[in-house]
Amino acid sequence: MSDNLVLEAKSVSKFFGTITALQNVDLHLNKGEVLGVVGDNGAGKSTLMKVLSGLYKPSEGSLFFDKEKVSLNSPRDSQNLGLEMVYQDLALAGNLPIGDNIFLGREPTRKVGPFNFLDHKKRKQLTEEHLAKLKINVKSADQKVEELSGGQRQAVAIARATAFNAKIVLMDEPTAALAVKEVGKVLDLILNLKKLGVSVIVISHRMDDIFTVCDRVMALFQGTNFAESELKNTSRDEVIGWIMGKKD
Amino acid sequence: MDHGEKRLMDKSQESLFVRLIPFFERYGILLLILIMIAVLHLLQPDVFLSWRNVTNIFKQVSWQSMLALGVFMVIVTAGIDLSVGSIIMLSLMGLAIASKAGMPWYVVMLVAPAIGFLCGMFNGIGITLLRMPHPFIMTLGTLYIFRGIGNLISGGVPITGFAEQIRVIGNGKIKLDAFFGEGAREYIPTSLILMIVIFFIFWVFLNHTRIGKWIYAIGGNPGAARAAGINVDRILIVVYTLCGFLAGIGGLILAGRTNSAYPNAGLQSELDAIAAVIIGGASFFGGRGTVLGVFAGVMIMGILRNGLNLMNVSVFWQQVLIGSIIILAVYIDVLRRQLATRT
Repeated sequence: MSDNLVLEAKSVSKFFGTITALQNVDLHLNKGEVLGVVGDNGAGKSTLMKVLSGLYKPSEGSLFFDKEKVSLNSPRDSQNLGLEMVYQDLALAGNLPIGDNIFLGREPTRKVGPFNFLDHKKRKQLTEEHLAKLKINVKSADQKVEELSGGQRQAVAIARATAFNAKIVLMDEPTAALAVKEVGKVLDLILNLKKLGVSVIVISHRMDDIFTVCDRVMALFQGTNFAESELKNTSRDEVIGWIMGKKD
Repeated sequence: MDHGEKRLMDKSQESLFVRLIPFFERYGILLLILIMIAVLHLLQPDVFLSWRNVTNIFKQVSWQSMLALGVFMVIVTAGIDLSVGSIIMLSLMGLAIASKAGMPWYVVMLVAPAIGFLCGMFNGIGITLLRMPHPFIMTLGTLYIFRGIGNLISGGVPITGFAEQIRVIGNGKIKLDAFFGEGAREYIPTSLILMIVIFFIFWVFLNHTRIGKWIYAIGGNPGAARAAGINVDRILIVVYTLCGFLAGIGGLILAGRTNSAYPNAGLQSELDAIAAVIIGGASFFGGRGTVLGVFAGVMIMGILRNGLNLMNVSVFWQQVLIGSIIILAVYIDVLRRQLATRT
């Protein structure tokens, strides 16, 4: 395995009472790599992501960030280690402008006497810089999120996840809710993140997504590692077979 | 004219209208106030814009505006507070009893805001920690509880006569002799200054602090606020506590204005407060509205009531008119949103 390892899960299991959601699952992710995770509904993809982000504690197994063993008690812990999650339901406040959403909960402030006031200028400037870095085009950083298209909202959610120098971004079905013409923009954004050295894990049902952005793809089946391959060594038909639990 | 041409023209007319929307959104309500002032001035040329009448309007709205400001913050979080009218009465009674007990004026002055603070905190804790299904239910309960307690502690009878320092807050006059010469009748009510200062403080709070931003975020999408690491329950407790605190200040102003505490004080004023907030352009579903809008909403209610009183319009007709204005204000908002989403 390469020296670029940023995230590793070793024989992770997760039990909910008598139900086994994950059984001895391994996962690794390299710097600047885009890993696709596929699997049928109930295969354990979302559970695995929640274990990686610290929302669930694994019943067995261990996690390594930058080759160091860690124990995550909440998403805050994984955020501090540089891992951010982009939620499927986007988790944006539509009534607030883009910049406010990107910095929600982490607003830049300036001190005036004993009080901390919002630094509107700095937020605007940081927002514009960050959007430019990710090549996200919007009319203005002050535009309200509810006025944006689905693809632009997804872009804002991704911008939010990466605004604080995230090293790893997890995305759960980033294109599922989008119009066809907007899918490409979000995929371009993922490739942009890769260029910036960010590692990405993408859960997706769409083979187009997987085969456009991923370097490697792994399939879960009934809570276990089923198959894994560099993208160049596999085909759509083979990956679709994996999802259905078929291997040659 | 053929069909295609007609459609083209409709579109250009609509786009002009649509282009005017942001203008009306920002200044429409101020325009409405100016129109009201102009009409009332024409109908009552000697009276309406007289110094005496204008200061009277401000004195009247000053205590009501405290309720509206508090309820506004609650409505921004997509909540509701029905208990503010009872909080104003309970804090007024508490103040009166402290005054009757012979406490010094500076203690008496603190009693009303302190009671409001505690009542609001009780609402906030009930809504968050006790997991009441909706703020409507919790504050409907406390609407009865707080007024009941107010009558229990006072015996249900009015208490009158407060210290000069208390009366100054609601009824004080800042003389303008420097501008109008010795012994001039023109003055600025103390309560107007207090109202402006408090509105300014809360404008800063809501627009220039992180907690203010989070209050709007909670109203927009509580899930997003939680995902951003914001302790939503804690912010809600802060909001309801501040709402109660403002109602307590309203009680203090009312004490000074009327120099008495009476069982019916603030009765139904929670509904006036909600009306002012809605007329001021806040969304009942949370996340939208401005402090300036609340001020405008309060002024519209105050000017309307005052103007109709001057013209001897019966209270019953006033009720019909105010109700109609609430519905009209919301309907205009509905139309505006339909147009905005169509383009």
